[in-house]
Amino acid sequence: MAENKVKKVAVNTKINGEEMDILVDPYVSLLETLREVVGITGTKEGCNDGNCGACTVNLDGRIVDSCLVLGVEVEGKNIETVEGMATPDGLHPLQQAFLEEAALQCGICTPGFLVSAKALLDNEPDPSEERIRHWLAGNLCRCTGYDKIVKAVSKASKESK
Amino acid sequence: MVSTSENKNYKVIGTRPIRHDGYDKVTGRAQYGADIKLPGMLIGAVLRSPYAHAKIKSIDTSEAEKMDGVFAVMTSKDLPRLGDVVRGNSEESGSEKHLSENVMAFDKVLYKGHVVAGVAAKDQNTAFEAVKKIKVDYEVLKPVINVDQAMAKDAPILHEDYTGDHLGKKVKNSNVAAHARHEVGDIDDGFKKSDLVVEKEVDMQTVHQGYIEPHSGTAVWDEEDRVKVWTSTQGSFSVRDSVSKVLDLDVSRVKVTPMEIGGGFGGKIPIYLEPIAAVLSKKTRRPVKAMMSRTDVFDATGPGPGGKVKVKIGIDSEGKILAAYADIRLEAGAYPEAFIEAAAKCVFSCYDVPSMKIDAYDVLVNKPSSAPYRAPASPQVAFATETVVDEICEIKGYDPIDFRLMNVAEKGTRTALGPKYRTIGLKECLEAAKNSNHWKSTLDSNPSPGKKRGRGIASGYWFNIGFKSSVNLSLNPDGKVALTEGSTDIGGSRASIAMQAAEVLGIAAEDVRPSVVDTDSIGITDVTGGSRTTYATGYAAYNAAHKLIEEIIEKAAIKWDISEDQIEYSDGIVKSKTDSELKMTLKEIADDPPGGPIVSSASVDLEEAGGGFAVHIADLEIDEETGKTDVINYTAIQDVGKAIHPSYVEGQMQGGAAQGIGWALNEEYFMNEDGVMLNSSYLDYRMPIALDLPMIDTIMVEVPSEEHPYGVRGVGEPPIVPPVPAIGNAINDALGLRLLSTPMKPSRITEALKRKK
Repeated sequence: MAENKVKKVAVNTKINGEEMDILVDPYVSLLETLREVVGITGTKEGCNDGNCGACTVNLDGRIVDSCLVLGVEVEGKNIETVEGMATPDGLHPLQQAFLEEAALQCGICTPGFLVSAKALLDNEPDPSEERIRHWLAGNLCRCTGYDKIVKAVSKASKESK
Repeated sequence: MVSTSENKNYKVIGTRPIRHDGYDKVTGRAQYGADIKLPGMLIGAVLRSPYAHAKIKSIDTSEAEKMDGVFAVMTSKDLPRLGDVVRGNSEESGSEKHLSENVMAFDKVLYKGHVVAGVAAKDQNTAFEAVKKIKVDYEVLKPVINVDQAMAKDAPILHEDYTGDHLGKKVKNSNVAAHARHEVGDIDDGFKKSDLVVEKEVDMQTVHQGYIEPHSGTAVWDEEDRVKVWTSTQGSFSVRDSVSKVLDLDVSRVKVTPMEIGGGFGGKIPIYLEPIAAVLSKKTRRPVKAMMSRTDVFDATGPGPGGKVKVKIGIDSEGKILAAYADIRLEAGAYPEAFIEAAAKCVFSCYDVPSMKIDAYDVLVNKPSSAPYRAPASPQVAFATETVVDEICEIKGYDPIDFRLMNVAEKGTRTALGPKYRTIGLKECLEAAKNSNHWKSTLDSNPSPGKKRGRGIASGYWFNIGFKSSVNLSLNPDGKVALTEGSTDIGGSRASIAMQAAEVLGIAAEDVRPSVVDTDSIGITDVTGGSRTTYATGYAAYNAAHKLIEEIIEKAAIKWDISEDQIEYSDGIVKSKTDSELKMTLKEIADDPPGGPIVSSASVDLEEAGGGFAVHIADLEIDEETGKTDVINYTAIQDVGKAIHPSYVEGQMQGGAAQGIGWALNEEYFMNEDGVMLNSSYLDYRMPIALDLPMIDTIMVEVPSEEHPYGVRGVGEPPIVPPVPAIGNAINDALGLRLLSTPMKPSRITEALKRKK
């Protein structure tokens, strides 16, 4: 259908430190861009309307629900996803703590929690339990009851000091 | 941890290794249902009914078919029409006809969101646009959306062709798909002799399992009429079974590869999109992937049944229960099966009741077809029973734990459906609750003006199913073991299964590498559900490991040319009992073993795992002005049999408690009278967030099950049973109000407080 023919937009962006040029339909979310255009699927879709946090990514130092950002909006920006957390030398302390504390069951919400929690610890190295719960209020987990997630974030904050 | 078993000196069991699939899951590498991408793949989308109850007069797909980028359109005309044959399959039952109609409506839509057509297109956007161009002419009918409406005289009937079973009588033109009755002893006599009789009726709203990963289905239908399916499911073999039935293919023509699963809680046992993707693939000869939105998930999958439960209990002057009656009406949704047998098994399961009668009704309503939700039907009936018990204690001044201990179900107690309990651990849980710091602590009932605090306690039960599981083991040349299994891993079961094989073999948990494989690569394995996986698949792993040791000994005997009975195996070493020179590590025996590689396999088909009980204590703080309720302390106590990986057992207890807290305080399908769910998003269907909950303390009580070599019981389901009544009882303690409907949300609390004044 001719009226649906919308031109793709060239976007230059940096994802997990790697600069790239991508072609994005102007109506497509950053979440879909990451998953379908860039081809990294660690960022998950749980609701596609900004209420579950499974698609959380770090955009220029701020955490956002990538389903609520358009792919064309990330021109010139720095995006960090769960795939960028571990280095060739090993896991990020949060990833290690999530494993040791059994802070995941099914694991679908885990990437979003890790990206959110990293943004917290990047700015506040020693958050209280209340602060962690408040910070993670935008990430839904249906399996754990949050107990072990909160403990893992607290443990990682102590160990990365 | 409280343990009644002697210390068995396990090396692996009871430790907390990092789960085998953990690294993939914290790095984003793990592939869930929607993550699959196949060469040439098309995207599928479906058209869903806007009406909760309507006849389909005609469907016009011509405009959609003409669109650029659309490769195929399908309706139920592309599916075989199946007869009304009863299927029996783990936690599911029902008919093939209903299974098929729930995938795609044939003549009638029975709930808002019922699928009526499907499209395959080059991308998601095109598929959505195409779906909008399909025109359906409906004759809209009046829906029934709760058990009262459905059971009313002259109610609109969902299935005119269905024959219900009402106490053995065949009944047509009724929304009651089944009425079952279970009787023990003479309740009339029991109630007559009672000193006190208390009766309550509770009203539970429909809830959703709420798993974060929406459903998806990907399929390839090849030129040989073989169908390959990739999906996120609790049971790849039940998907194979269901898909083969809906498509009328032999099971061996269907191969299901399970992706990682992003939560299920029972809701990922049914199939939805898989056969549609398969038919669209048949029409296009290309892979097709279809995915649900969150609204689709709420509108058309799940839910856990709502309904009404009336319970009446009579006690003598000493406080012994004499008689109990239950009237259970649960919503099956659009097709039969509201888990009424489970409800009957669970309703009085925590008590020794000399006479009881249970009437249970499976009621059809215009809502999505109910799926199991963690201890299906047990929380609904526990809310009624545990509220009545609390009221008895309140009237008579009994301590709620002492009353429960006085009437406790234990080994030998006769259950509602007949059999007597084998070893169970409810008594030990109640004693652990009594000795807990939480129960011994005092609660300031009026901490500040306008705030009231209260404490509630409740118990609950799930029977834990057994069924079929298969495990293969292969000894690698480096002396490590590869384990393949068919149980999809929803929360750490690769670890709990591998650990049981490692314990037998006397090697580290990390040295057994578990893989969950497709349905062509392992023997039949029933669903990850019913709290069966660590019990049944773990049992298969235990048996397979013993067989592997037999193989190792057999090969060593050939190699050394001595008889097998002169050889022993322990902790990764095979050796001669008499000649200390003859000794090999697993690596040494695995290097070129005589007669071929060392492998083993085992399968089981088990009875129920003895049953699991939980006792929960909840402290609440309630704002009298706003009705807002905060859970301030929470302790979950549970008989876990034997905790294989204690961290994941605690996780089950905490997660079940959190879901139950959400059910008690916030969650409901809020529907208008047309049967349209008005809160079908996570914003409005309010599940607990991190800020809503306190730390959930756990006390694992270990009373080993008699049915498993390590004493494993299912642990996943009991913890969702006590929270609703524990919170209801705590609200009563705080405010002197019995709220008998879920959710016990702020508006219900403030309204009840107004009425009380």
